[in-house]
Amino acid sequence: MTSIGTGYDLSASTYSPDGRIFQVEYAGKAVENSGTAIGLRVKDGVVLAVEKLVHSKLLVPEANRRIQTIDRHIGMATAGLLADGRHLANRARDEAQNLRDTYRTPPTLKGVADRLGLYVQAYTLYSSVRPFGISSILGAVDKDGPVLYVIEPSGIFYGYHGAAVGKGRQLAKTELEKLKLSELTTREAVMEAARIIYLVHDDAKDKEFELEMSWIGDETQGRHLAVPDDLKKEAEQKAKDALEQFED
Amino acid sequence: MDHFPTNWGRPRNDAVDAYNTYPLHSRPVHHDSFADGVQRTQQPIVTGTSVLAIRYKDGVMMAADTLASYGSLARFKDVTRLHAVGDYTILGAGGDMSDFQYLKSVLNDLIIDEFTQADGHALGPSEIFEVLSGIMYGRRSKFNPLWNSLLVGGFKDGKSFLAYVDLLGTTYKDNAIATGYGAYIALPLLREIMDAKGPENISEEEARSMLTESMKVLFYRDARSLNKFQIGKITATGVEISDAISVPTEWAFAEKIRGYGAQTQ
Amino acid sequence: MSDLMAHPYHQYHPQQPQQRQFNPYTENGGTILAIAGADFSVIAGDTRQSEGYSIQTRYAPKVFKLTDKAVLAVNGFAADGNMFVKKVKQRLEWYRHAHSKDMPLRAIARMIQTMLYAQRFFPYYVYNILGGIEEDGTGAVYSFDPVGSYEREACRAAGAASALVQPFLDNQIYFKNQTPALGSAHPTHLPLRHVVELVIDSFTGATERHIEVGDSLEMYIVLARGRSLQGLEGLKDVRELSTPGSNGERLFVLRKPLKRD
Repeated sequence: MTSIGTGYDLSASTYSPDGRIFQVEYAGKAVENSGTAIGLRVKDGVVLAVEKLVHSKLLVPEANRRIQTIDRHIGMATAGLLADGRHLANRARDEAQNLRDTYRTPPTLKGVADRLGLYVQAYTLYSSVRPFGISSILGAVDKDGPVLYVIEPSGIFYGYHGAAVGKGRQLAKTELEKLKLSELTTREAVMEAARIIYLVHDDAKDKEFELEMSWIGDETQGRHLAVPDDLKKEAEQKAKDALEQFED
Repeated sequence: MDHFPTNWGRPRNDAVDAYNTYPLHSRPVHHDSFADGVQRTQQPIVTGTSVLAIRYKDGVMMAADTLASYGSLARFKDVTRLHAVGDYTILGAGGDMSDFQYLKSVLNDLIIDEFTQADGHALGPSEIFEVLSGIMYGRRSKFNPLWNSLLVGGFKDGKSFLAYVDLLGTTYKDNAIATGYGAYIALPLLREIMDAKGPENISEEEARSMLTESMKVLFYRDARSLNKFQIGKITATGVEISDAISVPTEWAFAEKIRGYGAQTQ
Repeated sequence: MSDLMAHPYHQYHPQQPQQRQFNPYTENGGTILAIAGADFSVIAGDTRQSEGYSIQTRYAPKVFKLTDKAVLAVNGFAADGNMFVKKVKQRLEWYRHAHSKDMPLRAIARMIQTMLYAQRFFPYYVYNILGGIEEDGTGAVYSFDPVGSYEREACRAAGAASALVQPFLDNQIYFKNQTPALGSAHPTHLPLRHVVELVIDSFTGATERHIEVGDSLEMYIVLARGRSLQGLEGLKDVRELSTPGSNGERLFVLRKPLKRD
């Protein structure tokens, strides 16, 4: 942390002499400490999955969701500060509605991601605000078919076939790279997503976690919905079995 | 607030300014933005005619023809005036079609807002009707009405729902409702059966024939109607809106009507 | 009129656009009525809602329970009426949240006047009649005009057939144009049963003579705290709305069919 003590890290509106904005990089740290979130863009749909770390047994199961719905056909998974994720999801809903009202057609994910990128970037410009402490994976099936984007705290966004953010992103990315994503069905992707989340979960450091999964595809009539309980159970069981084999 | 008393509206004749408290040359020119009146009072332009709906054994059935008229011109002959709102409701519209399109988009936004909450709740017909009547009454109260007569039909949690709201915000619920000319021509026919049997004793088949017959009668008497219409139903299994149905018409009897057929006197 | 038109202000200006004004009001027919007794109050209305010559529905309530001891009848433009009742109920709920009790009748009456007058320049096109029991246990009726002018009365009819019903009430309740038998006086308060019969007769009469009145009668009866049920015995179609056995005011509703033609 060479930045500490130099005074160049106190505000998002100040560059360091070598051209970095440390506040944005710190925001990246907030993401790195968060439970993993992944997204898979496959042949006929998109799957989002989150390793939601449960810090207290007193919490109601399924509370504090990290996968949210933006529009009928758009979902968003976040890693980082939960409240920032909520705020950005609300903004995303407004942007989606605005695009829909303007063009009278379901918004493309690219359009929404573009608007959100601008919004997130604006929080890297001023001393009075802090950048978003989240990376967001946006998934949709729109007129161009399945699409997946990641927006980072800097406001930059890229499209992906597979994406991973948060703690276990390195391992998750390695696993995603092994898959032939463009040949998988959404249903198969659900299985893979569950497996990857279980794989990257670090039992030693984080005890409890909840798997959160959603999908968009033909089986949901193009809507972003939570993966149904029975399918999720099946995926979790397979994930656990795969994990045991892996450990043996 | 302008705190200068001389600007509060002086007599136009400056001779009346007895105290001459304000230098004439710098007196502000008074612009009355409302001099020409604010133009928002309107009239319907492209219009749909009657909508009919009845409650029956399994839910609600609704019918509307597919004509959108421009005055007396049959301008658009394949327009859908029945619209599903969410999974439990049908909205049927008479009156201005552009206002109807606007309402559809407002309700679409509403349904999406509710869907994105993903909290397991969904808006049923009574909630949608409450929102809709609020919008209609709110707009009439701003002297900027949405020029429609609307029927909201639905079925949720084992209960059916049928209600009316119009450009004035007037609302009511009933077992059989018709808008426009339907209120004069079709409603008596529908009520005759409804009053005799009650909604719980009307089968789907009978409901369909009641509406079909009424639509035919309307076609013969309402000059702004079409013999092509859709029937929507909403039951426990969800919303179903049919494709447009064209019914044959019979005009042979007209030959015998004086002034219509070939008679010369 | 011709004098007015001759005035230059009213001269026709052909260069100006002609404006047809949207009329935000309509009349939805029906009639309401309330009568106060010494220790009870009766508030009634028919349930027909119409526009022009069309009956929109045969059952659209115009009489609403506000609290355990206050009932409001609203007649005129139905959309305004429903909105007004909604807002009154909302204010009463806020009052309950603030004070942990129901608003007293005379306070409701005053609140209604304030709410109506607030809309002085775009009025709710409705006539309100509020009935119930005062804090001193007396039966009361308050009547309002659309812009909030109000007074406490013994009886009042409003709505489409008010011109038919009110004179009947004047005669039967205020004993107008009647002279008491020598050595006797008119009673100041009528017994409940008598009042109920008067209300029923008023509505059957109005139904007979006014096309906008009919279908069914909905009559609310509020009894003061501790009052017996005298006057209600043998009446058909009566249902209690208050919790039986509670020692507060008691509220009943009587529903009766009227002619539907």
